[in-house]
Amino acid sequence: MKPAPFAYHRPSTVDEAASMLAATEGKILAGGQSLIPIMSMRLAAPAALVDLNHVTGLADIDVSDTAVRIGALTRHGDLERNVAAYDANPLLRRAVQHVAHATIRNRGTTVGSLVHADPAAEMPAVLRLLGGSVEVVSTARGRRSIDAEAFFVGPLESALEPDEVAVSACFPHPPAGSGSAWLEIARRHGDYGLVGVGALVVLDSDSSGERGGVPDQRGGHPGARRRHRRLQRRGVRRGGLGGRQDARGRGHRPRG
Amino acid sequence: MFGQRIRRVEDPRLLSGRGRYLDDLGHDALAVAFVRSPHAHARIVDIDVSAALAVDGLVAIYTYDDLDGRTSEPLPLLIPHPTLNQGRTPYPLADGEVNHVGEAIAMVVASDRYVAEDVVGLIQVEYEPLPPVVGLAASRDGDALVHADVPGNVAATMVQEVGDAAAAIAAAAHRATLSLSIERSASMPMEGKGVLARWDADDESLLVHTSTQSSTSVRQAIAAKLSIPVDRVEVVTPDIGGGFGVKIVHPWPEEILVPWAARRLGQPVKWVEDRREHFISSAHERGQLHEVEVGYDDDGRLCGLSVRFWHDNGAYTPYGLIVPIITSTQLLGPYKPGAYRVEFQSMYTNTVIVTPYRGAGRPQGCFVMERVMDAIAADLGIDRAVVRERNFIQPAEMPYDHGLMFQDGRPLVYDSGDFPASLAKLKALVGWDEFDSFRAAARAEGRRVGIGLGCYVEGTGVGPYEGGHLRVETDGSVVVSTGLTSQGQGHQTMLAQIVADELGVEMERVRVTTGDTRRFKYAVGTFASRTAVMSGSAVALTARKVRAKALKIAANALEAAVDDLEIVDGQIRVKGSPGSEIDLGSVAVLSNPLRYAFDAGAARATQFAGPVDPTAPPVPEGEQPGLEGTDYYSPVGSTFANGMHAVVVETDPETAEINILRYCVVHDCGTVINPMIVEGQIHGGVAQGVAGALYERMEYDDAGQLLNASYMDFLMPYASEVPHIEIDHLETPSPLNPLGVKGAGEAGVIPGSAAIASAIEDAEGFPITAMPISPSELFALRAQHPRARHPSRKDPTLSTP
Ligand SMILES: Cc1cc2nc3c(=O)[nH]c(=O)nc-3n(C[C@H](O)[C@H](O)[C@H](O)COP(=O)(O)OP(=O)(O)OC[C@H]3O[C@@H](n4cnc5c(N)ncnc54)[C@H](O)[C@@H]3O)c2cc1C
Repeated sequence: MKPAPFAYHRPSTVDEAASMLAATEGKILAGGQSLIPIMSMRLAAPAALVDLNHVTGLADIDVSDTAVRIGALTRHGDLERNVAAYDANPLLRRAVQHVAHATIRNRGTTVGSLVHADPAAEMPAVLRLLGGSVEVVSTARGRRSIDAEAFFVGPLESALEPDEVAVSACFPHPPAGSGSAWLEIARRHGDYGLVGVGALVVLDSDSSGERGGVPDQRGGHPGARRRHRRLQRRGVRRGGLGGRQDARGRGHRPRG
Repeated sequence: MFGQRIRRVEDPRLLSGRGRYLDDLGHDALAVAFVRSPHAHARIVDIDVSAALAVDGLVAIYTYDDLDGRTSEPLPLLIPHPTLNQGRTPYPLADGEVNHVGEAIAMVVASDRYVAEDVVGLIQVEYEPLPPVVGLAASRDGDALVHADVPGNVAATMVQEVGDAAAAIAAAAHRATLSLSIERSASMPMEGKGVLARWDADDESLLVHTSTQSSTSVRQAIAAKLSIPVDRVEVVTPDIGGGFGVKIVHPWPEEILVPWAARRLGQPVKWVEDRREHFISSAHERGQLHEVEVGYDDDGRLCGLSVRFWHDNGAYTPYGLIVPIITSTQLLGPYKPGAYRVEFQSMYTNTVIVTPYRGAGRPQGCFVMERVMDAIAADLGIDRAVVRERNFIQPAEMPYDHGLMFQDGRPLVYDSGDFPASLAKLKALVGWDEFDSFRAAARAEGRRVGIGLGCYVEGTGVGPYEGGHLRVETDGSVVVSTGLTSQGQGHQTMLAQIVADELGVEMERVRVTTGDTRRFKYAVGTFASRTAVMSGSAVALTARKVRAKALKIAANALEAAVDDLEIVDGQIRVKGSPGSEIDLGSVAVLSNPLRYAFDAGAARATQFAGPVDPTAPPVPEGEQPGLEGTDYYSPVGSTFANGMHAVVVETDPETAEINILRYCVVHDCGTVINPMIVEGQIHGGVAQGVAGALYERMEYDDAGQLLNASYMDFLMPYASEVPHIEIDHLETPSPLNPLGVKGAGEAGVIPGSAAIASAIEDAEGFPITAMPISPSELFALRAQHPRARHPSRKDPTLSTP
């Protein structure tokens, strides 16, 4: 369980990272929580790693009036603990708490998780549910923003080109008067879910609407989906969802 | 000290990262990686290393053809048994045929493990696949054979019978038959195996560090295989990150190959197992199928019990028949079976070998016997605890002889135990009699709950012997060594407690070494919950011997009678007359008359230091210099601990998830040396019991590929899956040893599957016959039992458009 030989590069700016990535046809190393195990099991053998961890300015969490924007080095744990982000959009914390365990959340990045595009991962489903986007940079084509809808192409496949560095992700705030929940079933706490449901309910004065996102299930489970989808439904009765989350929470350990 | 909750002396070191495990040693050593078979069963046609030879840092590649002398023979069959007439063991490197995925074929030695793995990837092996035999069903079919010369894949058939079981069952008022099965799991220590060998060419000797449960026996095995005099080999265990049974097997192929390569290359060589290797090339346990016939009377008392079972021993049988023999005998638990017949067949499959894992065959036996108890209770409509009570061996019947032969080749005789008292404690602890009202309240909320219990008896502290050596240094500190090894159980603390009490010194002054053949050469090993019983007793006897010697010397110095002396906090003094005393360190000085004064302490023992008796020799006749001693403990039989667990589960009406609400343990391991350590052992055991009941299994496909050979996919429970554990102790001392202790190491794991199956059955209302059980399996069982007593709740929330 040792990786095959690879070259290691340590850029200090995004532009440098992008040009190294293009020049080496390597892979970005962020938290390493997915990439390193894959390399150690020799399921992948990239010729070079471009380590993003020494690039400055990528770890910020920026909560504006309209969205929570996180950098490529924002760790799951940073997002989980960020009070402003929670106040603006509680779903982020509710979902990210289900990503692995504290030690892994302290290293693994949320943007890395989006790029990795595991169909059983939580945060891609959240990005999809909220209609967010990922901002990417390449030497050849400069900067572009990819909508969540277009971003997730298939299992472990995102719309990112091999020479592109993802620099940030943007999670728009849910509309005023909305509520959200995250439910998940896993065999062990902290494992990738067998099935998970994120839900966002938006109420207005005379009618109500509901949006739900389903992160896909793993390996051949009945009803498994291969990529993240957003489901929409309108005209449901009020109530319903929040109460269920509480019921399911019974007996589960506090997380984080 | 004895009986107190002393904090473990090893913990500050281990918890602050100062432990020294195998991979912390030997940074100067060459590294080893292995080419392992990707096939479950195949002939090796060709091994082509040409593409690998150019790799920078490669030192050597070895295959079977390179092995010389006795290394080219099959590895030893460690525990022969007269009925094991088809025993087979592997070669250190495969000789033309592989019998499971993971079997070693070529050994690569390189500058580091990265390079070694690069080389492994470049070695081309051509195989001719043979039909794989996977699972007991395929093995029993016998259409394909694991070993061409073993008919029907049967390694051994063994029968034991007391009375005429068939006749007793036929004559009984009630009869039942059960088919039961248990899946594979494995020890899975956090630290895998590992070996570091240094060959000293000048001295022609080997120093081997290995992560084993038996350093003395590994030493003998290396000496024999490498044809080196045994006094030229020393084997040391560093800190060990868990064993749980898998490290009692020896010599592992790597324990021969690494020293062999070190001698051949004249350089230190190290191999550290990685997790995938551990899954596919160490050992598993548990897989058995049982067919049970039982006859009982109107009160639920057993009249006769007949058990036939098939034990999956994997590809080879290096550890003999120990696991199925334990199952067949310990199945009886605390009960009198009436007439009993047990027959098992130990079967070959093209899978990883099966050797003892904590519990060692007992969890299967306990599961079977407790399923029988529940089946009788269900059939007769009698409370499950009452059925058990009626079948218990009573305290007045101790010692109780079952008329069977146990795993140590000695009669299965229970030395002590009070089963009715244990059950009474358990019922009180869990609230057995009040459960129905809890169930009713839960049901009113739409919840499904159930309660179950499991009882076991565990033969612990098996022989043949262990020993101890103790020396008092001139500074008064006490150095103790015993030959068996430690894997983190707290032996250093427990043994120091015993010595402190026996010798009359402060515990902080006692240092204990285990598993180092440079310090102690005679030992058996750490298994069968035997350290407290065997080494604890040996060390106690040793301390008594040294105490007697110290008193003799002190009596002389203090001009007092031995009987008037006592030792308190390392000071020997005349009882009731303060002021006249001598410390143990000074006695140690006096015990060793010297010519040379290398320090101030030693100066006190030199020839001109004080008055001498010119008529007596400096070392009295019959004595030896030094305040030290060695003694051994060898019992006539095993001592039998017991315990009972009760579990409350809740099953989700929709998802079939199984949650443990309460887990209660009553435990009797005789006299308790350190309750904190015993409870820690129970906690760890229960965690593994829950693991085996609800989470872990070895997911082999039909081709013999282990599909879940990683910690991502093998569901070892996290702390979050292990319930809070409530414990009560009962202490019925063993009459067999000087301390009255019984083993506690394995106990916690044994009744896990039995008690949890019982609770799920109680919650769901249909029989549970196979463990472990997953939510999907429970869901499927519900579909097979549509008339289960709890209607499924449906409340739609989100539905796809
Ligand atoms: C035991 C364990 C349990 C886990 N459980 C869960 C879970 O329950 N749910 C879950 O969602 N995840 C889980 N994970 C995965 C974890 O969330 C990962 O951290 C995450 O998926 C990847 O983030 P990372 O920063 O570690 O990325 P890395 O491992 O460094 O990279 C992953 C991939 O993304 C690419 N990449 C990363 N960042 C960028 C970037 N900025 N630009 C371009 N490419 C990039 C890399 O090149 C690589 O291909 C688990 C991991 C472990 C080890």
